[in-house]
Amino acid sequence: MVTLVGLIMPAKVYASEGENEVNVKEIIFHHLGDGYGWEVPFSHVYRIPLPVIVRAQDGTWMHFSSGRLIKYVENLDTVTGKVIMEAEPEIVTIQKNGKEYQWLLAHVSKHKNKVVQIFPVSDAEQAELKLQASHDPEFTGDMNSADVVIDGYVGYEGKYYKEYKPHDVSITKNVLALLIAAIIVTAMVMSVVWWYARKGMKAPRKGMGFMEMLIDFIYTGVIKATLHDRAKKFAPFLLTCFFFILVMNLVGLIVIFPGGANLTGNIAVTLVLAVLVFVITNVMGTKHYWKEIFWPDVPLFLKFPIPIMQFIEIFGIFTKPAALCVRLFANMMGGHMIVITLTLLIFIFAAFGAIAAGGSVFISVIFSIFMLCLDVLVSFIQAYVFTLLATIFISMSTEKPHHESHVEKETETPPAQPVIEN
Amino acid sequence: MELFTPDFGLIFWMFISFIILFVVLAIWGWPVILKNMDERADTIDKGVEYAREAKSQLDNARAEAQKYMEEAQQKQADMLREAARMKTQLIEEARKEASEEAKKVMDAARVSIEQQRKEAELQFRNEVSRFSLDIAEKMVRGNLSDDKSHAALVDKMLDEIESN
Repeated sequence: MVTLVGLIMPAKVYASEGENEVNVKEIIFHHLGDGYGWEVPFSHVYRIPLPVIVRAQDGTWMHFSSGRLIKYVENLDTVTGKVIMEAEPEIVTIQKNGKEYQWLLAHVSKHKNKVVQIFPVSDAEQAELKLQASHDPEFTGDMNSADVVIDGYVGYEGKYYKEYKPHDVSITKNVLALLIAAIIVTAMVMSVVWWYARKGMKAPRKGMGFMEMLIDFIYTGVIKATLHDRAKKFAPFLLTCFFFILVMNLVGLIVIFPGGANLTGNIAVTLVLAVLVFVITNVMGTKHYWKEIFWPDVPLFLKFPIPIMQFIEIFGIFTKPAALCVRLFANMMGGHMIVITLTLLIFIFAAFGAIAAGGSVFISVIFSIFMLCLDVLVSFIQAYVFTLLATIFISMSTEKPHHESHVEKETETPPAQPVIEN
Repeated sequence: MELFTPDFGLIFWMFISFIILFVVLAIWGWPVILKNMDERADTIDKGVEYAREAKSQLDNARAEAQKYMEEAQQKQADMLREAARMKTQLIEEARKEASEEAKKVMDAARVSIEQQRKEAELQFRNEVSRFSLDIAEKMVRGNLSDDKSHAALVDKMLDEIESN
């Protein structure tokens, strides 16, 4: 994903550090994380502004463009001697209902890279805060810098402000990518539906044939094979899960604008999916399922008087969806992280001279491309594994007790781990 | 760690967009596709079955046609043979009839010839006897007073000649 971005950003890397050292961690986290704007393709400085929607401390909801949170300034690059454009945070002042609200994209704060509401502090408090900062081990020695993180305050241009973390439902980069992915999924599915409406029983060709093949692969191969007569009931949810995850995975691998958001590598996204699976499993759970949890078929001493089995089973209710959540998140984030790290190797090795830099460019690009190809495969496998496990969990909770021993065994053993873990 | 703390805004939007996507697809998307795919699979199954049946029927028809052809050929050959047989028979019969007719004609001819011969013989005899009588009369007119006894004598002598 980031090979291309990596190759066009050396200037930025050098400029931000002021010396020949790359802050690997920051770059990686910047690429994996969310943002209030979306990078303009091939620029890395300019951002496509997106709406920020926040709730101020007094309960007022307000919205403004994220473009107002940054200003573009020209800085002199100390290494190359060239003038380059850079984005710097700026205070946004909003007038609403006769009141004034100030917002800032926090940098020196606990809420780094989040929009916070700021309140000016008195001079006396300012001095006190600076003094407190000077005792911090991170302190650089400049009393006017305000670049030490103090809890509850945000530092901006040499001053500290009191901060308030608002309720924030902004359309961030990830949210927009989410909506784009949802639209892509809808378009994909609806194109097949419209084909049926137009051409009747004629078999779809090419792209739509592939789409139908995927649907059939999941429906017949996973859902119907596991759920049998209940397949029709749960198929819409599981198929939506599969295609949404697959599209989010693949869109995340595209480097520039419509893609590039690390969606399924974000724990919020996988958490929602896992919670939905959790809710469906337990709401749809049969009497048999709950009996297996509170009074499983095991020797009496395992469940009475000390409820060992009950404890394990109840724990299992939560660990199963949690495993779903973490598996998808970790796999996708890991994939992205490896590609970025491989790209960053170029800049790390650049410090050792031209030959090392040249060699590492070659090796990094080869390995990055290989990893990206692997990530395409992993995107598919993870979407498949998520759907497969969700299907198994739903199947286990909605099973009728017609073959006691079989169900018992399934409930006892932990769910099968996926074959391929990245 | 920013990466491991889920962001409320994203959870909110993810939930909203997933639910909307799910509702839209669950109403207008998946059921239609699954129904259509099932129906098409059934149609294809039926089509294959139909084709198989049609093929077997075609095979049957072909075998039947072959059978009819063979039968027809057999019949044709039989008829030809029959015709040939009848031809020879007819010829044979005609020939037989003709020969019979011929024989009849010849028999009749023979009978009439015989009759005529007999008649001629009788006439000849009569004439001969008359001639001889005349001759004898002339010869023996004088010495024979009784014609009758002489005639008888002459007859007797003629019989003797005849039997010789």
